[in-house]
Amino acid sequence: MRLIVPLQAVAQGRGGLVLGSLIPCALFYFLQFYLRRHRPSSSSSPPPSSSDSNLSELTSMHRSFSRNLLSTRGSAGPSCISSRGAALARGDDNPYYVGLKRCAEDPYDASSNPDGFVQLGLAENRLSLDLIRDWLVSNWKDSLLSEEQELSVRGLATYQPHDGLMELKMAVSEFMGHIMQGSISFNPSQLVLTAGATPAVEILSFCLADAGNAFLVPSPYYPGWDRDIKWRTGIELIPVPCRSTNNFNISIPALERAFNQSKKRGVKVRAVIVSNPNNPVGNLIDQETLIGLLDFVTEKNIHLISDEIFAGSTYGNDQFVSVAEILDVENFDKSRVHIIYGLSKDLSIPGFRIGVIYSHNENVLAASSKLARFSSISAPTQRLLVSMLSDARFISEYLAINRERLQNMQALFVDGLKELGIKCASSSGGLYCWADMSKLIGSYSEKGELQLWDRLLNVAKVNATPGSTCHCIEPGWFRCCFSTLEKSDIPLVMERIRTVIQSN
Amino acid sequence: MMLTGLIAPFHFSFTWFVACFLKLTTMAKSCVPLSELATSNTHGEDSPYFAGWKAYDEEPYDAAENPSGVIQMGLAENQVSFDLLEEYLEQHPEATGWGCGISGFRENALFQDYRGLRAFRQAMATFMEKIRGERAKFDPERIVLTAGATAANELLTFILADPGDCLLIPAPYYPGFDRDLRWRTGANIIPVHCNSSNGFQITTQNLEAAFAEAVAMGFRVRGVLITNPSNPLGTTISRPVLEEILVFAARNDIHLISDEIYSGSVFSPDEFVSMAEIVEERGYKDCERVHVVYSLSKDLGLPGFRVGAIYSYNDRVVTTARKMSSFTLVSSQTQKMLASMLSDRVFVENYLETNRKRLKERHDYIVEGLKDAGIECLRGNAGLFCWMNLAPLLKETTREGELELWKLILQEVKLNISPGSSCHCSEAGWFRVCFANMSQRTLEVALRRMRNFMDGPTPIRRITSLPFKAEMALKQKAYSDLESQAHLQIYLKNKHEDALSLLQEEARIKDETIAHQQTLINLMKAELAKTRPPSG
Repeated sequence: MRLIVPLQAVAQGRGGLVLGSLIPCALFYFLQFYLRRHRPSSSSSPPPSSSDSNLSELTSMHRSFSRNLLSTRGSAGPSCISSRGAALARGDDNPYYVGLKRCAEDPYDASSNPDGFVQLGLAENRLSLDLIRDWLVSNWKDSLLSEEQELSVRGLATYQPHDGLMELKMAVSEFMGHIMQGSISFNPSQLVLTAGATPAVEILSFCLADAGNAFLVPSPYYPGWDRDIKWRTGIELIPVPCRSTNNFNISIPALERAFNQSKKRGVKVRAVIVSNPNNPVGNLIDQETLIGLLDFVTEKNIHLISDEIFAGSTYGNDQFVSVAEILDVENFDKSRVHIIYGLSKDLSIPGFRIGVIYSHNENVLAASSKLARFSSISAPTQRLLVSMLSDARFISEYLAINRERLQNMQALFVDGLKELGIKCASSSGGLYCWADMSKLIGSYSEKGELQLWDRLLNVAKVNATPGSTCHCIEPGWFRCCFSTLEKSDIPLVMERIRTVIQSN
Repeated sequence: MMLTGLIAPFHFSFTWFVACFLKLTTMAKSCVPLSELATSNTHGEDSPYFAGWKAYDEEPYDAAENPSGVIQMGLAENQVSFDLLEEYLEQHPEATGWGCGISGFRENALFQDYRGLRAFRQAMATFMEKIRGERAKFDPERIVLTAGATAANELLTFILADPGDCLLIPAPYYPGFDRDLRWRTGANIIPVHCNSSNGFQITTQNLEAAFAEAVAMGFRVRGVLITNPSNPLGTTISRPVLEEILVFAARNDIHLISDEIYSGSVFSPDEFVSMAEIVEERGYKDCERVHVVYSLSKDLGLPGFRVGAIYSYNDRVVTTARKMSSFTLVSSQTQKMLASMLSDRVFVENYLETNRKRLKERHDYIVEGLKDAGIECLRGNAGLFCWMNLAPLLKETTREGELELWKLILQEVKLNISPGSSCHCSEAGWFRVCFANMSQRTLEVALRRMRNFMDGPTPIRRITSLPFKAEMALKQKAYSDLESQAHLQIYLKNKHEDALSLLQEEARIKDETIAHQQTLINLMKAELAKTRPPSG
């Protein structure tokens, strides 16, 4: 419809007898032409009709695949679950989740369980918990009850806006501004709050792409995305490999190639999703690359999702630049850029489940605030955080101390690995380092890498995340999270890794 | 190409069109595309159910500030027992700790286990057992926590149905289901139509009819979802009906979701039978297809805390739901806080009993009040609402007629009630009226408004068919006669202070009324015999 209406306006404007008779005729052919060209791609999500001959080979392959799934399930017996549900039941053997599970079952503890598994696979920050705890101990009562007595239960118990209390939105946007060191300010009305960054990413994906569409993802990328983004939305993630030769920086030509390839396959790319600081590498995206990315998504008319959940967990000399900052300065279309944030990493309270979608696109905001009803944050938790985040002195103190502790820990851990002969990619943010253990693997392949992972887990009882789960194309890289450790644990971890190296 | 061949003779217009075309494509480009989900209106929030909320938001009633504002009777929220919660929090500030005490803070802040806090799941299981009078057992390991029952129901739909499949839901049903269960999952809902002739009870015939309808439409039916106690009816489902539903699900090899979020809001605890009880009585036969949904939003009046739960007897569903719950986890701080509250037996018992009593009082009050105004409600025994019949007021018994009346009540009576059509009720003229989300005084105002409306020039049903018209005319005459009798009664009551004479008077009137009715009935019969063509 959008096409027809302006054309009619143009036609009327130019008028004329000859044109008047020619235009409807030509218009008809153009419409036919236009519709024929655009139909296959734009109608990919309505109910699948196998008769649609315009569908490319791959889409039909994808569909028949899911049909296969259905039929096997149909014969599996009574009260079967959906193929969506079944898809994940099979995903259990992913080393990322296997390792997490093993650690959860038998976690290392210096005093009570010294033989347990050391968790290097979970990006969790335990370095500054004491600060948060101290604040809560002295403030929690005030934050919930005494401020306005009237508010207490009524303001907590009843239905609240699904996309977060305005007070918390204001506090969070302030906090985000603080993390960017005041270089930009975030508009609270452009925030949607969800129960953690996981639903934030998923809700955003639901808004940006239909089932069968794809996102380009510079790899290595966070292994959780394979579940968080793909599972329920039906979106495909296309890894765009980065190489160790330039410290895994994003290459725009590689994105271009991946875009063209998927176009050839008939898969519609709807967005590029990046993490900045990168998870798992820990490097930052520099200003130049950000502009390159923005140019790329503008040219292709697609979205850019920037996951900046580690923005406050940076260290070192490189300055973190948010994509929001570039948007502020340069003249780009803001409606295609979306930022994911959360308090789980920077404020180390993953248990509280606070995630953020920040977008300039009104339609995305409208849809995602409606979708937030499926993952709203508990009101008492919101109230508590409003007062915590509003305590400006505490926040700046916390951020400074946390950064310092993170830097110390990172230095200690990376040095420890260095002594073992393991080098890490240079990094400036995140709760982990990206270690190159390719010299330790038997065969230079994914198999060799997984063998090493298996020995690290079962012999040394250390759970690191193998690069293959992050879709890294170079084998032998491992993500090691160090912020769950105490300083005193490091020698033990290094010792355990050494046993694996020596048994080689 | 054929296309260029045709256009070429008109070279001028061709180039001009190309220019236009290019311009248009770039125009389209400047608007970066979104998904269908984000742009379509499958969220269903355009229905009157939500429109009424908007009207309320624009002009909310406030006794002091805005006494002529809209009273919200469309929100099933329980505020009648807030004082009990407040009292508890006051008495146990440390015990609740708001999850922030020193002890266990570390675990609390970092807690990311999808299973949820063990202590909280245990407390939930005990609470659910308590509500069911200990007649059913719940294993904490089978409880999957979600951020509210909305998410719980959506999650189950994600797991049980693929896009294009469908669920059967006895109608009238909660209007939110259209959005919650369909929007992201791509599943469909086929209503199982129930009607007032048997008090909107679910029957096997109705279920089978809906199943056949779904199959005829080419859907694969994956489950049946019931709300027990029913939202919007405010009634519980009886044991034999529950058994029938389970047998139906087993016979057709589909799942059965039993949404029991109002189970603690049944006025008398014996009147509620949980699907869990049926499952246990049958020795867990067919239990792998049964899933129970629960939440603390209604029974504990804590929707702001966003706590919902799935209890499934199917291991695969439990495992998958637990993984999927990563999209909708409950804050650990909230879990911890509620764990201590729900573990306090004295509090829980007192709360449940008092809450039930208060809800019943509220319910009886509004039903009586409406009766005085001449409005009948379906006999309810649970929930935060009653199911009100305004069919006699409809100009025409259609959806349009109902919405017209709904609009009239919203705009002139200034009450936001939910029309039955938004609940997919097959009969026009029914409305859901919530009574627990306001103070007693506000409820009184609402009832007064309703009474004034009924006493005013209310629209009378337009009568169409002729024999029916005659019947109705007679009926109306009978009604008005009875009404004048009633007025006389009141008059006499006031006049005769002597009790005995009053009684005698009443007895006489009764006799007279009966005689009068008898003559009326005879009259009616004669009239009907006249209008009906002689048969045989």
